[in-house]
Amino acid sequence: MIAAIIFSVLLIGGFGWFGVNILKIRSNILLGRDVNRKDKPGERWATMALVALGQKKMFKRPIPAILHLGIYVAFVITQVELIEIIYDGITGSHRAFMASLGGFYTLVISIIEVLSVAALIATIAFLSRRNILKLPRFQKPEMKGFPTFDANLILCMELILVFCIFTMNGADEALYLRGASHASHEAGSFGFAISSWVGPHIFGGMSTETLLVLERIGWWGHWFMVLAFLNYLPYSKHFHILLAFPNTYYSNLEKKGKFTNMEAVTNEVKLMLDPTADPFAAPAPDGGAPQRFGAKDINDLTWKNLMDSYTCTECGRCTASCPANITGKKLSPRKIMMDTRDRMVEYADGKRKNGKDYEDGKSLLFDYITEEEIWACTSCNACVEACPVNIDPLAIIVDLRRYLVMEESKMPTELTGMLTNIENNGAPWQFSPSDRGNWIHED
Amino acid sequence: MMSTIHVPTMAEMMAQGQTPDILFWVGCSGSFDDRAKKITKALVRILNECKVNFAVLGAEESCTGDPAKRAGNEFTFQMQAMMNIQVLDGYEVKKIVTACPHCFNTLKNEYPELGGKYEVIHHTQLIQELINSGKLSLKDGGVFKGKKITFHDPCYLGRANDVYEAPRVLIEKLDAELVEMKRCKTNGLCCGAGGAQMFKEAEKGNKEVNVERTEDALETHASIIATGCPFCNTMMTDGVKNFNKEHEIQVLDVAELIANAAEL
Repeated sequence: MIAAIIFSVLLIGGFGWFGVNILKIRSNILLGRDVNRKDKPGERWATMALVALGQKKMFKRPIPAILHLGIYVAFVITQVELIEIIYDGITGSHRAFMASLGGFYTLVISIIEVLSVAALIATIAFLSRRNILKLPRFQKPEMKGFPTFDANLILCMELILVFCIFTMNGADEALYLRGASHASHEAGSFGFAISSWVGPHIFGGMSTETLLVLERIGWWGHWFMVLAFLNYLPYSKHFHILLAFPNTYYSNLEKKGKFTNMEAVTNEVKLMLDPTADPFAAPAPDGGAPQRFGAKDINDLTWKNLMDSYTCTECGRCTASCPANITGKKLSPRKIMMDTRDRMVEYADGKRKNGKDYEDGKSLLFDYITEEEIWACTSCNACVEACPVNIDPLAIIVDLRRYLVMEESKMPTELTGMLTNIENNGAPWQFSPSDRGNWIHED
Repeated sequence: MMSTIHVPTMAEMMAQGQTPDILFWVGCSGSFDDRAKKITKALVRILNECKVNFAVLGAEESCTGDPAKRAGNEFTFQMQAMMNIQVLDGYEVKKIVTACPHCFNTLKNEYPELGGKYEVIHHTQLIQELINSGKLSLKDGGVFKGKKITFHDPCYLGRANDVYEAPRVLIEKLDAELVEMKRCKTNGLCCGAGGAQMFKEAEKGNKEVNVERTEDALETHASIIATGCPFCNTMMTDGVKNFNKEHEIQVLDVAELIANAAEL
């Protein structure tokens, strides 16, 4: 009875707190400007199915893809067991569905066990890639401190979760063999794929009292880990397991080379080119406050840019494929995404604490991302191509450049010359426009 | 001996009451850069050989605005775009070919929202069409027969617009051996010139991007690096010079390969 109450309090509290955090993340994302990503639903569902559900882009690197798939499938399928755990927890029953489901129950738990082993192997492999093999992309400067701790913590939580599952099932199997399991008082075997085979070897020699405690430790441990995991997610890069789906649904479906058109500029340019336009005409009444050209801070970016930043799991495939980063420049597309998220959280928390008019005098550009980083980008789209969940770091870089150039006229001096040449000569170099056709008659 | 080339301008054609089937958008590099002009002329020789009814804008052409847009100056970009659209629409242009992937991308993807809607193709796509339709034939055992050629994917043709096949099909038409670099197609590495980098010094690092990319090309032991972009051509040529390999490995645009093989 007490156990059922504790369980129910944890259930409501855990899921409630998670819900609160989800709403907070949603409101953080909605700090961004609007952008229409609701067209072409068919293509969007297909993109989501292929990229998020089907892991299409992960398979560019087969080894991590297979390991990742192991954890991913195990994670999804294992959630089935939560139904029984929650039912047992609230009612105080034990393996409530075993009797009614019979062989199907054995099958489902067996599948969960096999996948748990796959996840265990993958988790150990991932821990070694990070901490023993020290893959270069996990050792970049932006990974120092919390990001590395975060990654290792998540992997350790997965290890504990798997150990809890096997402690629970293994101990219960040993109990069942003695007819001492709460599931059934006859002596028998559950017949689960892994625990019914391994369990007796590990737990067979223990006393029934010890086994009853161990089984409970496994069961409650599993439940605690589920709640801990759930409530750690919103603070972790691991939030990608949820956001990968909406993020790929709202992917940019245009050709990667197509940069957004700035309509505010179009109106200005039309005025400049139209001799009949009235330069003193009143602005459109519904115009609202004039928007910044480009992005300096979080609220200049779109909600999709911000969703991208929450979806980033810091795998670093973008950075590993970035020509600027490969050749030792300061730009790391992953850092652009991490900075965007960190600044968004700081900005949003500040506003929540001090009122919506609060400004902390900081900005994404300058305080988080330096000019040197954004000018190193060749706009080659390698980072966009590499991202397994369709994040677009380039869109943010371009908007930061737009702010620097159009609002502050800050750019490398050679670019000032290049832009002047385009304006005056119609070419980035200083050639006379009248010479443009000279090649026709040259030898 | 190369034949003289015939390059009508839109203005000349209009004066004669004619409309070309296709506009050849030469681009700033193709018009002014001495190396890129050779690519321009190679393409013209192919167009002349196939009797393609084309014209150029000549002095009426202007920068598409691509480097301005990539550098973040939307004003300069849109000014250029709108002026170019006025000229293009004035000549009722429907179809455009260009040898520059940056012009290609901008005209194809970014002009429509400003009112300029054209069918835009890359020169490798046009040449492929000309070969497929039998208008251009390559003699067997051309100068490139059996040679190892590697193709460097321009970012603004490949990843930006998903054109990977046309240049490769053309290289295979040369009876040459196409060898891929370890980073190619969607995983290709930039030459280092995109995003307006061509016009500025690189940020501090430990290597130039074009040197890194040239290493990829040298690893293939190809005797020719084929390019499909005048900026890539410059960057790869500089990269080859950096390794003092200019006598072992040549950098040529796909149009030059085809024009040479067809003995134009």
